[in-house]
Amino acid sequence: MNKQHGLAAKLSHRFSALFWDLVAILLVLGLIVFLAQASRGLMQPLTAPGETAISLDASALPEYALRTSLRMLAAMILSLLFTFTYATWAAKSQRAGQILIPLLDILQSVPILGFISVTVVFFMSFAPGKILGAELAAIFAIFTSQAWNMAFSFYQSLRTVPVELAEASRSFRLTPWMRFWKLEVPFAMPALVWNMMVSMSAGWFFVVASEAISVGSTTVTLPGIGSYIALAIDQRDLDAVGRAIAVMLIVILIYDQLLFRPLVAWVDHFHFEQHADRVPPRSWVLTALRRSRWVAIIFAPLARIWRWTYQISGGVTYKERFHQNETGASIASWLDWLWYGGIAMVCTFLSWKIKIFVLQGVALDEVGTAILLGCSTMVRVFVLIAIASIIWVPVGIWIGLRPGAARIVQPIVQFMAAFPANLLFPLAVSGIVALQLNPDIWLSPLMILGTQWYILFNVIAGASTIPGELRDIGTNLGVRGWLWWRRIALPAVFPFYMTGAVTASGGSWNASIVAEIASWGNTTLKAHGLGAYIAEATADGDFHRIVLGIAVMSAFVVVINRLFWRPLYTLAERKYRLG
Amino acid sequence: MKGAQIDITSLLDIRRICKSFKRPDGSELLVLDGISLVVNEGEIIGLLGRSGSGKSTLLRLIAGLAPPSTGSITYLGKEVTAPPPGIAMVFQSSALFPWLTVLENVQLGLEALRLPVKELHRRAIKAIDLIGLDGFESAYPRELSGGMRQRVGFARALVVHPNILLMDEPFSALDVLTAETLRTDFLDLWSEGQLPIKGVILVTHNIEEAVLMCDRIFIFGSNPGCILNEIRVELPHPRARLDPAFRDLVEHIYVEMTSQAVLVPAGKRVELFPGTGIGTILPRVSSNSLSGLLEAVAASPYNGEADLPVIASSLHMEINNLFPVAETLQMLRFAEISGGDIRLTTEGKQFADFDTDRRKQLFARNLLTYVALAAHIRRVLDERPAHRAPWSRFADELEDYMPPAAALQTLRTIIALGRYAEIFSYDDEKQIFNLDNP
Repeated sequence: MNKQHGLAAKLSHRFSALFWDLVAILLVLGLIVFLAQASRGLMQPLTAPGETAISLDASALPEYALRTSLRMLAAMILSLLFTFTYATWAAKSQRAGQILIPLLDILQSVPILGFISVTVVFFMSFAPGKILGAELAAIFAIFTSQAWNMAFSFYQSLRTVPVELAEASRSFRLTPWMRFWKLEVPFAMPALVWNMMVSMSAGWFFVVASEAISVGSTTVTLPGIGSYIALAIDQRDLDAVGRAIAVMLIVILIYDQLLFRPLVAWVDHFHFEQHADRVPPRSWVLTALRRSRWVAIIFAPLARIWRWTYQISGGVTYKERFHQNETGASIASWLDWLWYGGIAMVCTFLSWKIKIFVLQGVALDEVGTAILLGCSTMVRVFVLIAIASIIWVPVGIWIGLRPGAARIVQPIVQFMAAFPANLLFPLAVSGIVALQLNPDIWLSPLMILGTQWYILFNVIAGASTIPGELRDIGTNLGVRGWLWWRRIALPAVFPFYMTGAVTASGGSWNASIVAEIASWGNTTLKAHGLGAYIAEATADGDFHRIVLGIAVMSAFVVVINRLFWRPLYTLAERKYRLG
Repeated sequence: MKGAQIDITSLLDIRRICKSFKRPDGSELLVLDGISLVVNEGEIIGLLGRSGSGKSTLLRLIAGLAPPSTGSITYLGKEVTAPPPGIAMVFQSSALFPWLTVLENVQLGLEALRLPVKELHRRAIKAIDLIGLDGFESAYPRELSGGMRQRVGFARALVVHPNILLMDEPFSALDVLTAETLRTDFLDLWSEGQLPIKGVILVTHNIEEAVLMCDRIFIFGSNPGCILNEIRVELPHPRARLDPAFRDLVEHIYVEMTSQAVLVPAGKRVELFPGTGIGTILPRVSSNSLSGLLEAVAASPYNGEADLPVIASSLHMEINNLFPVAETLQMLRFAEISGGDIRLTTEGKQFADFDTDRRKQLFARNLLTYVALAAHIRRVLDERPAHRAPWSRFADELEDYMPPAAALQTLRTIIALGRYAEIFSYDDEKQIFNLDNP
């Protein structure tokens, strides 16, 4: 009897996970439809913002670079704010977490790149005729490429705060505000900074794509490196493309040296597992900041204000109590009803909205076309991941086993991953045009141009963690050649490879939207695929097809993740994780 | 021992506490049953028991980190409903914040008191000096040894000037020498009256530690956790481990703890003898530790019969390590435990003399005869045409009798023992028991 009871609980648990996934899908889809409809209504009076002429002059580039990087910074700050609020809410409230986390999971899989046009129109309607709307839209687009994984990592950290530390801070009666800044944020920091770096790479890709957008007949250009390169493509100016790439390299280098190196060095002392014999990362900027007396003078009052907020938070006499009493329970059950009722109502409303939207303008054979094109993009992604793996796994293992080489190569690879690959597209496209190659095949590599580095990067990291003893025993037993790869190297890097491959696959889907269709001057190359379908729909300003394309692509990504990557990932973690 | 009996006031009053946790399927699991005890001013109270007897849970209830299911905890006349000011805790793992320096870690305890910065600093430095950490103020925990870290844990708890100090196995993660230094340092400060505390509750599974430090010791039984006995320690401080009175008391507690019914099954079926039902929770033991203890007892100077405290200290094992092994040997009829002694049976002596193959045969025979779960698994596998059965087949069954964590541990143990005895094998990848012989 007891057993059946347990089984029912397990089943209902499994069912409820699926249920919340469905709710999340409905919410995301509904939101997109809602946005699209709102935008379509606003389409007509839309005028191009005060025309900003882009100059291909080299002297204009520094200013463009500055503007582009400021946009990045604004989006990063926005993402951090989102992370701290959304993820905290999801972690602290069981009720909210039930829906917020599946929502995040689905949002992660939506190719927002295809949706930039819609958000541009939406934001510009707030400030018609002004550049501000377009700026907001661009920042929002970058934000959507950065925020989800950061929030996810923060949420996971909040859920895994070591029990004893949490108990210690409670028994010393720290207020929730103090606990957040003294325990939870520091604990989450290393993972968060790592995810910020990954996000930043995605962000560069998006900033370039979001600066020059055309929706239907309206073209929006924001001064920046992205619009510079768009103009250069339009005018077939390879020199200008080269200049833009060079400037971008410098910008990323500066970001790396001034922002991320110091951050990585700084968060090192937040690592919970402490290995005394590890060489800590260093940054000359951080060292300089730490030693500077000026910085100390500036920071002292800030620290005082911070301490003051702790005192204030205690002033609101904080009392932690157990919720046990009858009234508390009845209020909680009331809130439950309100909460689930609210969700049900929103879901009903959204499904009604989606139904109307679909009935209005989506033919059934159109859906079939989209799915078929999705399959062709899927084949591309898998083939490319396979090819990239065959090339980079052996290379990565080779490098990872040589600490000297790894030290040199690792930062370069990290840098390559951060570089927006779409800046390189014009070079490739001009080549394809000149040699008259088949775009269905030769445009495909562009999809993985920027994302293959994740595979290499992770494999190097994996290979460098193979314990020396394991390698020694291999040598000792005379394990060599293919046997060595099969028994030692490949299993050891497998979990790391999986992390890289999952990231690369997700990124490639997103990149397909800009990679499957490319132009060089007035020549346009197109590969058959879902990415091209979305891009074309965007160019036509056809919101029904945009939404359809995005929905189908999200479905592909979600299903592939659930049925292919996740089981493999679990297997990798279970069986092959060393130590 | 302070003052006469009359003016002793009670700091903490625990009345008939029960604590149960909800299982995923909604049923309740009782972990503490009817605990009552009083802590008086000037006392060190020891809570002694093996793992799973609920002592740490009790400590967390006292600290106000979780509420009891029934019963009440009263601290200085007020019921504990949240972490009360005046009760501080020292954790087993020291629970320091790795991103804060020693000074900042110690100050953390004071932050919530909203003192001015100067006062904060003064008190923290004073606590650091008291506990022997001066010079380490700016060090990060990762730079410290385990003993130094635990000293920071003590300083952090003492800096808030608590009335009651709760200690959750504070010395068990340290090596023998470091632990001893820390214990004597603490006792010196305590008996010199240098500590701001009025009472201590110490959770431990080390019998000698309890006798060395405590004024009263409560012996805990498991499943559910309950107080079996209260022992008063009247030896004067400083206590010497080799003092015959000290040894007698240790021996006495060993006898107390071994005379209790061992390996009590949880849940419905009540077995009179350990190991006769599949509902018996098996401890985490390996065949290596079983044969290790057998060989140690069989060899001289014990020659088949040993005093548990003696063999515990010679093997550097504490009761939470030693008892499970000894009790499993008893369950397998390789040894008998009574009156704080372990005595090998004829089969136990044979086992110690045999070579590997014959050892395995003997082990397999006794495992199948005396451990119901082993016999049960083997029978199920024999009956099935393909001789295979999934993990969940047995896990679900065990969860009728015990909490899921205990079921997991029991299955792990029986797999390890079954593999050694070669009575069945298990494929972890597929999570399937089978009779394939590798």
